Parts: sequence; C-alpha cells; structure tokens
Amino acid sequence: MMNSLKTNNQIEEMRIEADQVCVDYNGTVALYDASLRLKSGCICGLVGMNGAGKSTFFKALMGFVRPSRGIIRINGLEVPKAQRNQAVAYVPQNEGIDCSFPTSVWDVVMMGRYGSMNFLRIPSASDRKAVWHALERVELIDLRKRPIGTLSGGQRKRAFLARAIAQRASVLLLDEPFTGVDVRTEKLMSELFIQFRNEGRTILISTHDLSHVRDFCDLVVLINKTVLAYGETSEIFTDENLTRTFGGMPPDLLSGPTSSESLS
Amino acid sequence: MISLLSSASPISWLLDPLSHDFMRRALMVSALVGGVCGLLSCYMTLKGWALMGDAVSHAVMPGVVVAYALGLPFSIGAFVFGVGSVALIGFVKQKSRVKEDTVIGLVFTGFFALGLVLVSKIRSNIDLMHILFGSPLGISGSDVNQTLIISGLVTVILLLFRRDLMLYCFDATHARSIGINTGLLHYLLLSLLSLAAVAGLQTVGIILVVAMLITPGATAYLLTDRFDRMNVLAILSSSISSIIGVYLSYWFDIETGGSIVLVQTLIFLVAFLFAPRYGILKSNSSIAS
Ligand SMILES: Nc1ncnc2c1ncn2[C@@H]1O[C@H](COP(=O)(O)OP(=O)(O)O)[C@@H](O)[C@H]1O
Ligand SMILES: [Mg+2]
Repeated sequence: MMNSLKTNNQIEEMRIEADQVCVDYNGTVALYDASLRLKSGCICGLVGMNGAGKSTFFKALMGFVRPSRGIIRINGLEVPKAQRNQAVAYVPQNEGIDCSFPTSVWDVVMMGRYGSMNFLRIPSASDRKAVWHALERVELIDLRKRPIGTLSGGQRKRAFLARAIAQRASVLLLDEPFTGVDVRTEKLMSELFIQFRNEGRTILISTHDLSHVRDFCDLVVLINKTVLAYGETSEIFTDENLTRTFGGMPPDLLSGPTSSESLS
Repeated sequence: MISLLSSASPISWLLDPLSHDFMRRALMVSALVGGVCGLLSCYMTLKGWALMGDAVSHAVMPGVVVAYALGLPFSIGAFVFGVGSVALIGFVKQKSRVKEDTVIGLVFTGFFALGLVLVSKIRSNIDLMHILFGSPLGISGSDVNQTLIISGLVTVILLLFRRDLMLYCFDATHARSIGINTGLLHYLLLSLLSLAAVAGLQTVGIILVVAMLITPGATAYLLTDRFDRMNVLAILSSSISSIIGVYLSYWFDIETGGSIVLVQTLIFLVAFLFAPRYGILKSNSSIAS
C-alpha cells in the first residue's frame, strides 16, 4: 500500500520520462536506449555534436517520429494526451515555416493559445493577456503588428519562443534555441529560462555550446546516438565525458576553463 | 457586339442582360462559386497545393460521366472520384519511390483519360464541351441546386475550421504539438478541394477550374500581409471577375469560362504590376516608409 502510493507520487512528479527509446529512420539507427527522467523545475542541457540525435530525441518526445522501442511519458501521460492538455511546448530547430505567410507576430504568438481556446478559436481576454505578456517577456511587444516575414532571424526565434511561453506549458522542449541569435538575445533567453525554472517548469534545451550548459543547466545529458552520461552538470562535465561525446575532439577546444566571459 | 452597340447607355449595358432568366441565374451561380473558390484558393496557394488542385479537378471527370450515366447527381460522382484520386496519389507516393509531383501528374491524367474514354463510349446526352469548358449560361435548375448546396457546405466548413486550417497551412508541426489532429485537417482540406472543384466546373469547366482555385489567392497574396484581409480580397476579386466574365461573355458572345478566367488573370496582372508593397512597379516611397 505504502509502496504503491510512493510509486504513484513519483510518476506524477516526473515531467519527462523516456525509457530506453530507440529510433531508426528506414533501418538506420539514429538513437538507441536513450533514457531520461526530469522532474519539475529544472533545466536540462542536451549536448552532442551534429548528427548525434538531439533533434531526433525531441521529435520522439513529441511523437513526431515513432520509436521502434521504448516508452515516453510527459507529466505521467502518453504524449498525445499530454499535448491535448497543453502540457508541452516545442520549438523546433528550424521552424520550417513559410516566412512570407500573411500573418503578424501577434497572430503567431496567439497560435500558442489555440489549444486552450474553444472550437472556433476566438481569443478571450485571458488569451490576449497571455500573448501580450509573452511578447513583453521576449521584448517584441513593439513589433507585434509586423508581418512575421519582416523579422530578423533572432527576432523570429524570439517570436516562436513567445508562442511557447503563451502556451503556458509545464514542459518546454527547445531544439538549439541559441543558434543564430546575438549576444543580447542570448542573455535575454537564458535569463528567461532561469525564470521558467523558478516558476517550476521543466526545460530541455539542446545545444552544442558548452558555455550555456555551465551557466544555467542544472542537469546535462551527453548524447551520441545514445545517452553517454546523465546527471548534475558539475559531475558530468568531465574532460573524459566530453571527449567521448564529441568523438575524440580535445575538450579544451570546446570548453575553456573559465566559462562564458572568455567565450562571449 | 451588336447588342452592345445598340444599347444606349452604360446603365442599360448592365441592366439589359438581367432581363433574361438565364443571365440572372448565371450571374448568381458564377459569383457564388467564384466567392467560394476564391476563399479556398487562399489555403491552396499558401499550402502550395496548386498542382493538387489541377489534379483533383481533372480527376473528377470520370465521376461526372458515370454519375450522369447512372442518373445520379453529378456532384456525388465527381466528389467520389476527386477524393479517390487524392487517396490514390497518397497511396502510390507512399508505396513507391516515384516523386510526388510525378505521381500527381500521372494519376490525374490517367483519371482524365478514363473520363474521355467513358464519354465516347457511354454516348448519353452528356455534352463533353459543357464538362470541359463549363456553361453557366445554360445551367439547369437541378445543377443550380447542387451548386448552391456544395457552395454552402464548403463555406460553412471553411468558416468553422478557418483558424485550424490556417495554422495547418502555416505550421503543421505546431498544430500537432498542441494536440490538433492534422491528419483530419489534411483530408478535410482535400475534401473541400474536391467539392470546390465540382462547383467550379459548373462555371468554368474542368480545364480551367484550377484557375479559380489559385488565381484569386495569388492576387490577394500580393495585396496584403494579413490572412483575414487576404480572404476578403480573394473572395471579392474572384466574385467580381466571375460577374465581369459573364457580362463580357454575353456582350461579345465569347466563351464564358474563358472570359471569367481571363478577367481573373488580368486582375492578377494588375496586382503583379501595381500592388503597393509587392508589385514590381511599386513606388520607391513605399520602400522608404
Ligand atoms: N528524416 C530523416 N531521415 C533519415 N535520417 C535522418 C532524418 N533525420 C535525421 N536523420 C539522421 O539521424 C541522425 C541524427 O540526426 P539529428 O537528430 O538531426 O541530429 P542532431 O540534431 O543532433 O544534429 C543523423 O545521422 C541524421 O542524418
Ligand atoms: Mg538538430
């Protein structure tokens, strides 16, 4: 009795659970035996070189690729159910959108609210408030009326981040959010992520820039087709682990002894 | 031409044709079908489904012939073959390594050829020219009813699902990640395409119906950066060109479907040249502002 209660509690506490997930693309293995358990209120860095399977892991977590093996739960629920509950927001590496689509920044961020709206998707006052608030947090409020295609790459990244914020999901999956953004945006984004963590959200961020991981990730997952190491950042970031992750590259090339100051 | 010259004033150019029953009917049906196809064309152009529109509209041909031969409403046969062609395209694409545009071209020409063969063999009172080129001036009462029902259905579904369909066209990944059933939206949009093609072939015929499904959307796309405004502009430009087309056809005794599409194309050309922001002759001041 006591035991089963305890397990139940544990399941509910876990925001992301992936157990021995394998993904292959037409027989070519991209990811095998990848396991991960994340609680609420943490930032986890997903670190690996190009082609290590970071994006594939995200797609598996979102149910966009079907794992050939393994179990995935978000907030203790199957992925489609969690998605219908607006439990998870996903910002892909490439938005893969047509930038000349006739829609404004405001409307794009409003799309984050669709899942919480009624069938006709008519925004309520609280939806508008969520969008306004999200745009403020990414400092795009002045550009809200601009067509999405007129934004710069970094501004567009912020717009899609705002859409994820507006969704008010408890789990955020961000695939390489820092690529192609300037230092100021980078700072804004990392401060935001820390705020999210303090609000109790769980964030999984993929990156190949180790300075970010040192700066604000509580946990880190090193992957190269499978999880090589997983745990507290300070314990996992050893030269040996990093060498394995980056396929034999000397780690001091990738991570100087001092953190972001020397790199940025 | 004779009637045009003998008419006294522009007002009578507009009003005289309205004294004929068939003209009132043709104008009403053409404007309605134009509006519906115009609205759908926004989704077709934004989703990049122009070729799909061409395919579906040609593929309905055997359906129309079979339906007439069996005495069924033509729209049912057309709808079945329209959706069937799309399903077949999806199936062949999935099961073979042939590229999608090749599969689309292959399937729709196959269906169209089947339609031509059936027309020549069944020898009913189907007028091939009416199917191929449309005949809004000669549209029958039952065809008017079918067209009204189809137009109403497409409009209602588009209005109910407009936000979801827009999101699906813009960012299907996000739609899925917030739990929206994108597979359903995909087939919904394809069904609407089949229905609109059936309605459109009444006015401009199978060969030109694809113009109704892309030109108004393309024109509106050049004129605005807002989706809702694009919808309104597409509906307006499409309905207005249908009305002008029917009038021109009456005055100058020219082929109706051709004249409707020609007017649409001319409106597109005007937008292409003079659109405030995206026209090729846009004034420099709009760049500076
Ligand atoms: N759609 C796909 N089809 C086939 N192979 C793919 C596909 N997507 C990714 N891959 C392969 O899977 C591996 C992992 O890719 P990915 O997850 O994108 O890596 P990362 O995001 O870490 O750079 C790569 O070898 C890549 O070539
Ligand atoms: Mg990637």
